Amino acid sequence: MIDSTGLGRERLLRAYRNMRLIRDFEERLHVEIATGEIPGFTHLYAGQEAVAVGICEQLGDADYIVSTHRGHGHCIAKGCDPGGMMKEIYGRRDGLCHGKGGSMHIADMAKGMLGANAIVGGGPPLAVGAAIACKRRGAGNVSVAFGGDGSANQGTVFEAMNMAVVLQVPAIFVFENNGYSEHTGADYAVGSKDLTGRARGFGMAAECVDGADFHSVYDAMGRAVARARAGGGPTSIEAKITRFYGHFEGDPQKYRAQDEVATLRESMDCLKRFRARMRTDGKLGDPELDAIDAESLALVDRIVAEAKAAPPPSEADLYTDVYIDY
Amino acid sequence: MPQMTMRDALNQALHQEMERDERVIVLGEDVSGGAGGTSGEREASGGIFGVTKGLLPRFGADRVIDTPISESAIVGAAGGAALAGLRPVAELMFADFVGVCMDQIYNQIAKFRYMFGGRSTCPVVIRMAMGAGMNMGPQHSQSIYAMMTAVPGLKVVVPSNAYDAKGLLIQAIRDDDPVIFLEHKALYPRKGEVPANPYTVPFGEANLVREGEHVTVVAIARMVPFAERAVDSLAKEGITCDLIDPRTTSPLDIDTIVESVEGTGRLVIVDESPPRCSLAADIAASVAERAFKHLKRPIVRVTPPHTPVPFAPALERAYVPGPPRIEAAIRTVLKET
Ligand SMILES: Cc1ncc(C[n+]2csc(CCOP(=O)(O)OP(=O)(O)O)c2C)c(N)n1
Ligand SMILES: [Mg+2]
Repeated sequence: MIDSTGLGRERLLRAYRNMRLIRDFEERLHVEIATGEIPGFTHLYAGQEAVAVGICEQLGDADYIVSTHRGHGHCIAKGCDPGGMMKEIYGRRDGLCHGKGGSMHIADMAKGMLGANAIVGGGPPLAVGAAIACKRRGAGNVSVAFGGDGSANQGTVFEAMNMAVVLQVPAIFVFENNGYSEHTGADYAVGSKDLTGRARGFGMAAECVDGADFHSVYDAMGRAVARARAGGGPTSIEAKITRFYGHFEGDPQKYRAQDEVATLRESMDCLKRFRARMRTDGKLGDPELDAIDAESLALVDRIVAEAKAAPPPSEADLYTDVYIDY
Repeated sequence: MPQMTMRDALNQALHQEMERDERVIVLGEDVSGGAGGTSGEREASGGIFGVTKGLLPRFGADRVIDTPISESAIVGAAGGAALAGLRPVAELMFADFVGVCMDQIYNQIAKFRYMFGGRSTCPVVIRMAMGAGMNMGPQHSQSIYAMMTAVPGLKVVVPSNAYDAKGLLIQAIRDDDPVIFLEHKALYPRKGEVPANPYTVPFGEANLVREGEHVTVVAIARMVPFAERAVDSLAKEGITCDLIDPRTTSPLDIDTIVESVEGTGRLVIVDESPPRCSLAADIAASVAERAFKHLKRPIVRVTPPHTPVPFAPALERAYVPGPPRIEAAIRTVLKET
């Protein structure tokens, strides 16, 4: 098991780069969506970056994740091409899913990214299936189901958790508890108010971490992966976190106290926390992190420009990929 | 008469029925919103499309129930509450989510009355938003009325305008059978005249939206305003159509359609659900059985292709049948052989 103390400079730089890119990607979408140029509705991941990156930094391409409606962060952290993602979000022909799926359905099998999902609770059963495949393959791979506090109340999720325990498969359930499902608080909708205790009730190891702290997430995931590889079955990781924007873009957020987001942007910003930690540990210096910030913004500028200029699908594309042959 | 959006008409129907009948309750995700939030605002949502706004402040949390994300439990609880004497109106947000709770819809509420030998009623309404046109992608854009119509025991309602929406929803709430109530999300802002007092629109009675002599056009939900545009544009050339809006697909007023075809001899059916086993297929079969000798030309069905609903605007525009395709179809059935 690799814990975060063993992370070298390159790995730490990569973790920061991914978190930074997710933040910039989402903040830029926030601006672009307001112009009306982006179709559909989009759920931003900003604020939750350390969860996606902390989890996925423990994974390789042969490990699987299934994601949610709030999936951009998971995709970037798992290695999906950000340019292809941006084009998909714009509904372009050369998007990762050729414009058929959009923001809520980005997928890349080559990266072990089995799809964002617009059905809350749609993913965890799929993750159990991928875990069965991992177990059969016997190469020590694992499968991760991302989900929110709200998804944790869905029957499909209960079924998936129980089955993962019964089958003792290498599945890891990551619950990003950002306190809300749409416009309803988790303290109302989660009856026991305790996702971790509930997961434990299924008979799996479960822990709760500070989702704004990359190192805590990474270490919890390290323990879960080690357990899964050793044949110890599934784990639940609850990450307490916050989202910096509304449920979807355009959400007036009437359920949130006035200063809630401003306060949390100070205390729960994983990027600030990561930088502070690097200063204390003396592992990375501010100038190299500043350089990543600049590169990241430039990358987002470029992929947005490319997405805007990219051609839309043609009408003939409507009929392709329903079946392989028909 | 006051002009009102379909959204407000539905909202008014809920208010009036909850006022009239204590047994009516509303349940679903974010039907009020704000529970467990940090602002203290108790109605932070009023439904993701705003249809349930104002219900919580008026009727309280005992009757306007915010639920966790648990569609099987929402629909099942509505069914159980109905067996136990309430008249629940459950909201599923997006029609696509029936996938999560199909057992409760299909094996439970739809079958109670029959399999209990008539010993029960299940007066449930399940409201949901359906339809493409807003780039919401494959899992948030489907028109599921054909699938629901295929289930014996369910009544299925597909309003196309504000007046019908209010009267049909009141009828649905007063109806003793389970009703699937499908609101096309692109129609929520559509305005029409709506009487202030409560009224019902009966199930199984089609609305003759336009009267004409050359072609019978049947259209469902959002396809009705699209067909109106096509029909009105052709009227300028002297081509006139009967435009029929069935308003409910189960029961279906096939008599009105057959009578019209007996007069026109030509039928175009416009349906937003996928073509296979669709309403268009169902209506075409019935007309072929009952009015075969009156048909002067083959029936034309205007539907999306047999594909999921795509996300990209360029693809979705090609997917949804629009006024130009409807107009072209009408011209096709008018061609002499
Ligand atoms: C089956 C289903 N029910 C409801 C929805 C509508 N919906 C989309 S996201 C969401 C809230 C999800 O909350 P949570 O799991 O906490 O994730 P978060 O949005 O906070 O990331 C809801 C109710 C859906 N997409 N699918
Ligand atoms: Mg949440």
